[in-house]
Amino acid sequence: MNSNDSLMAYVLRLADNALILGQRMVELVAAYPELEEELANANFALDYLGQARMYYTYAGDLEGMGRSEDDFAFLRDENEYRNFLLLEQPNGHFGDSITKLVLFESFYLLQLEALVHCSDTRVAEIAARAEKEIRYHLRHNTQWLIRLGDGTGESHDRAQASVDALWRFTGELFAPDEVDNVFEAEFEGPDLFRIREQWQENVAAVLLEATLEMPEEQWMASGGKEGQHTEHLGYMIAEMQYLQRAHPEATW
Amino acid sequence: MVALAISREQIMAWLGDVADPEIPVLAITDLGIVRDVTIQDDVVVELTPTYSGCPATEVIEQSVLDALHGHGVENVTIKRVLSPPWTTDWISEEGRGKLREYGIAPPASGGSKRELLHGNRDVACPRCASLNTAVVSEFGSTACKASYKCNDCLEPFEYFKCI
Repeated sequence: MNSNDSLMAYVLRLADNALILGQRMVELVAAYPELEEELANANFALDYLGQARMYYTYAGDLEGMGRSEDDFAFLRDENEYRNFLLLEQPNGHFGDSITKLVLFESFYLLQLEALVHCSDTRVAEIAARAEKEIRYHLRHNTQWLIRLGDGTGESHDRAQASVDALWRFTGELFAPDEVDNVFEAEFEGPDLFRIREQWQENVAAVLLEATLEMPEEQWMASGGKEGQHTEHLGYMIAEMQYLQRAHPEATW
Repeated sequence: MVALAISREQIMAWLGDVADPEIPVLAITDLGIVRDVTIQDDVVVELTPTYSGCPATEVIEQSVLDALHGHGVENVTIKRVLSPPWTTDWISEEGRGKLREYGIAPPASGGSKRELLHGNRDVACPRCASLNTAVVSEFGSTACKASYKCNDCLEPFEYFKCI
C-alpha cells in the first residue's frame, strides 16, 4: 500500500466513524428524556456531521474522481463503510448511549491530539478543529457515566451492563492494520499502542470514579475497519439513504 | 480583473455590515471568522467555521457574496480555512460589548478561560452584572451557546460558551 492509498483510506475511516456515530445520535433527536440532554445530543451530533463533511470532502479531493461528501454518505453500500463496529451499535437506553460515547471519545480525543501533529496539513487542520469539540463532549459524557455508575443501585447495574456489553467492540480501536501502519510511518500518524495505554489509564480512572468494574480481557470483535459489519449497520444505512435510493439524484 | 480599484479596507468595512445569521447583533468581522481578504484578479475572502457542523456556514458565505455583489464587486471567491482553528478568543472587544448589550454573556478569554474549562466559573449576568449566576445547561439554542440564570435578578440568559 503506497502512502496516498493509506492517507485516503485513513481519512475515509475518520469520516465514516464521524458519520455513523453522528447518524446514530440523530436517531435520538427529539427522543431524549430531558431537555438539557436533548440539546447536548443534538449539538454533539451536529459536530460529528460537520466533521464527517470535512473528512469526506478531503477524501474526495484525494481520490480525484469528483466524488462529493454526499456521494460518499449516500451512494455507498454497507461493506464500503469503514467505521468501528462500536459506533454502529444501536442506541439502547441512555446508559448504553453514554457508555458508547465515553469509550469512543476517550479514544478519539487521543487520536485527534496525535493527528494535530501529523504531517498531512489538511488532516492536522481538521483534527485541530475537531479536538476542541470532542474535548467538550467527553467532559460532559464522562460526568454522566460517573453519575449513572455512582448513582442508584438500578443505574449502577444498568451502567455496568452497558460497559460489559460494549467492551468487546473496543479492541478494534487499537488493532493496527496496514492502513494504520503506513499512515503512522509516512505521515507521523498516531501510535496505537501508546494510545491504547493512555486510553486504558483514562478509562480505568473514569470507571473507578463511577464505581464500575473494568471488564476482564476477553475476545474482541473486529471487522469494521475492513467493511465487515454487524447486522445493525445495514438497517441504519437503509434509513439514512432512503431518499437517495427512492429518488436517485434528488436535490432541493 | 476587478473593474474598480477597491481597497482591502473597503472590503473589510463592507463585511462589517454582514450579520451573523444566528446572532444578528454581531457582524462576521466581530466574530473573528473573516481571516483575510486579498485582492488579485478577484477578491478572495477567507472564512473559518466556528464549529465543524455550524449550519450557518453556507448562509454566511452566501451573505458575503450578496454583500459584495451588492457593492458592485463581481469576482468574489470564498475560501474556507481551518487553521488556526477558531476559538472564542477571536471575538473582538467590540463584539464582546455587543453581545453583552444583546443579553448574551460574552465568553471568557485567555487565563480566565482555562479556569472556566476546569470548572471555576465566573460568568457575569449581562443584565445586572452580578457574578451570582448558575449554569442551567451546558448547551443552548445554538452550538455556540450555553444556558445560565442570574440568582440576583433571576433572569435567564445565554452564555457564549468558550472553546
